[in-house]
Amino acid sequence: MSPVNGLTIAVPRGALFSGTVELLAGLGLDTRELRSNDRKLLFEDIGVITMRPSDVPTYVEAGAADLGVTGKDVLLEQGGRPFDPGAGGRDVYELLDLGYGRCTMVLASKAGPDPALEALRRLGVMHVATKYPRIAARYLEETGRQAEIVEVKGSVELAPLTGMVEAIVDLTATGTTLRENNLIVREEIVVCTARLIANPVAHKLKAAEIDDLLDRLRERPAADGG
Amino acid sequence: MIHPIPSGTRDVLPDETREVRAITDTLRGVFERHGYGEVYTPALEYESVLERADMAEARPAYRVYDESGAVLVLRSDMTVPIARVVATRYSSSELPLRFCYFAHCYRGVRPQRGQPRELLQAGIELVGSPAPEGTAEALTVLCHALDATGLKDYRIGLGDASLFPALTASLGVPQAVRLGLLEQLVMRDFVGLEQALAESGLSGEAVELLLDVPQRRGGPEVLADIPDLADEAVTGLRSVHELLEPAVAERVIFDLGLIRNIGYYTGAVFDVYDPALGTPIGGGGRYDDLLGRFGRALPAVGFALGVDRLHIALAGEERGTGALLARPGASEGPQPGSAAHEAIEPLS
Repeated sequence: MSPVNGLTIAVPRGALFSGTVELLAGLGLDTRELRSNDRKLLFEDIGVITMRPSDVPTYVEAGAADLGVTGKDVLLEQGGRPFDPGAGGRDVYELLDLGYGRCTMVLASKAGPDPALEALRRLGVMHVATKYPRIAARYLEETGRQAEIVEVKGSVELAPLTGMVEAIVDLTATGTTLRENNLIVREEIVVCTARLIANPVAHKLKAAEIDDLLDRLRERPAADGG
Repeated sequence: MIHPIPSGTRDVLPDETREVRAITDTLRGVFERHGYGEVYTPALEYESVLERADMAEARPAYRVYDESGAVLVLRSDMTVPIARVVATRYSSSELPLRFCYFAHCYRGVRPQRGQPRELLQAGIELVGSPAPEGTAEALTVLCHALDATGLKDYRIGLGDASLFPALTASLGVPQAVRLGLLEQLVMRDFVGLEQALAESGLSGEAVELLLDVPQRRGGPEVLADIPDLADEAVTGLRSVHELLEPAVAERVIFDLGLIRNIGYYTGAVFDVYDPALGTPIGGGGRYDDLLGRFGRALPAVGFALGVDRLHIALAGEERGTGALLARPGASEGPQPGSAAHEAIEPLS
């Protein structure tokens, strides 16, 4: 068994894992060990390395993998704005929207009268908890609202329930967790799907291999949501 | 006692200095042999002077006031200071002018990304020599210099900064849309480019062309069947290639989507890639409008190599363990230790 076109691919563990394994299997890769061994990180014979989705751009940017799969949410959070030196993003190519892992980045708050609106009106600023501080800050800035961003690492839903913040910015696929915590979606910020990214040097030095893989991925039947 | 130094800077001790010195001595020898005289310029310059150049992402990041309140900046490259030198000190000299430099430049960094705040650049500027001859000369000096250091597997990505703007202009793409498309290209986001094109209202044919051309890279065949819309850029690239000696031409990969993050480039642009490093070792291009901003309008071309990156690439090639080389499947390289397996955390 050998890697696809001799390329090394960074594969995200977690929600995008099964969709990505399907994708690789569709390219003819032997993914049996990848499916069965969830402790192993490095699958040398098939040119796959596995990691958290948010680490994929780091490894790909450094050239430790030629290609990688990660969510648009990760790219937006680590990315910058063009023509803005201080905020420049990861230096990777975004090659293809893979279609699966579809989620929406939303602004949500407790059901009933929106506490974020009241805070903005009476106190001039809303407090927003999120795992995506840059996306949240950028969105609130662009929509002209003053906000204090509170970065948390886990269960964002807890923050508004304890009164620490009035709203959250988080990624949701079905909205179930939000509903269970009595939170409702107030605004949809952006829809995120899995993306194929490439190291900029590999993109030039392995152009034929990468383009062939892209052609094969574009020709595959449309993804059904992974 | 710990007395820290700023992130992105470092002390260079004798072992490393010796290796770096060997590299710069080699480069200097090649530059001098091709007639490029070495210059020094001040690390501090007036902001109002350097501002004349459009530096975009590479503009100076550090400012101080002098005793009379004027704003001084630490230079972020050597091309702009040399443009100033040419306009002020060589205002009526015979052309072309050939300069080389070895100088520290200063850039802003993003935290925790291993970017250098202070970087040693080695490069040349060729002033008064238009395309395609000047471009071919710069590429030739570049390859001779890299060959002399012993770097083996490098390639030069060659594109043209005017290609995409020329394409969109001749397709009649409105200005606002044009900027949006260019923005996606600068971000290296082909998904975003496809979306922006889909929303642009352009004809299917135009959309296809604008999506296809910037993704083309490879041999001279990628220049084929581009409609006459960007003839100047395409012909320009072809004629540069024809002027190159075979050993240099072999190193060139055409890259029609190449965009450098410095604003002043006007024509041919290039990046140096090596499989031992995940980022370009250096690059350059034509800046035919820059000298005019300093008062002596002359065509010019140049390149800069990151000496530290070149050093890393040389060491990587020597060990066979560079970024794109040390790979799963390769015989050597780190094996996953069992402790590392614990590093996977549950995902939310």
